[in-house]
Amino acid sequence: MNFDKELDAKGLNCPLPILRAKKALAEMGSGQVLRVLSTDPGSVKDFAAFAKQTGNELLSSAEKGKEFEFYIKRK
Amino acid sequence: MGDTPQDITALDALIKQRIDEILPQKLEELKAGKTPSMTIIATRGTLDWAYPPFILASTAAALGWEVSIFFTFYGLTLLRKDVSDLKVSPLGNPAMPMKMPFGPGWFKSINWNIPNIVQAGIPGFESMATLLMKQTIKNNGVAEIAELRSLCVEAGVNMIGCQMTVDLFGFTREDFIPEVKDYCGAATFLPMAQQADVSLFM
Repeated sequence: MNFDKELDAKGLNCPLPILRAKKALAEMGSGQVLRVLSTDPGSVKDFAAFAKQTGNELLSSAEKGKEFEFYIKRK
Repeated sequence: MGDTPQDITALDALIKQRIDEILPQKLEELKAGKTPSMTIIATRGTLDWAYPPFILASTAAALGWEVSIFFTFYGLTLLRKDVSDLKVSPLGNPAMPMKMPFGPGWFKSINWNIPNIVQAGIPGFESMATLLMKQTIKNNGVAEIAELRSLCVEAGVNMIGCQMTVDLFGFTREDFIPEVKDYCGAATFLPMAQQADVSLFM
């Protein structure tokens, strides 16, 4: 999947992946896509809730071994 | 031309029917249009208890909520310019796991059962526990308090100090970060909490 920006949140724990993602999205334009990588198992549910609450679209959420990958489209 | 009682009854029924039809959607619209808000009372000043208010406030701000934290009693110390000296105490805190943040796995998994009387008797026990906790925090990629606090400030969380506590503990406003929006009392906080969707005491 294409993306405009990448955020490496590996090794970070709650709530840092969400806070960093929020910051990254704020610097992006509407419709642009952010790719986030994390290792926090809690981030799967958290990113889904974050997307629902903020209106940014969670295009995909995938688990790759011990890593998690999210694509979020800025509203 | 006057309205007969029958006309009025019919009109009332019609109004009631229309309200039932329109109201749920209207309420949904109002709910969707409202910015959620949260107020927190932070009353504790230890390293472990510094986390809940800052984690929830920064996350709520990231979700687009309006957030205010009222720092009172020991919680006020979380607003000091330097929070690197916050301590955690295992004394009177029996739920706190006492595990080592270093060494091989089998060693790290041991929960050291140290009686309170021993903890209280060993000089520097609290400092050691704090050091171990800080290492555990670092190992787990958990943010430091100063970082979480500045993320809160950056995200527009309102930091409010309790004026009574400032006086009670002999602080001056210069002891605290300049981002503290206001110093006030219970009468200012309560109306804010009344309007908030979520209000927490920590």
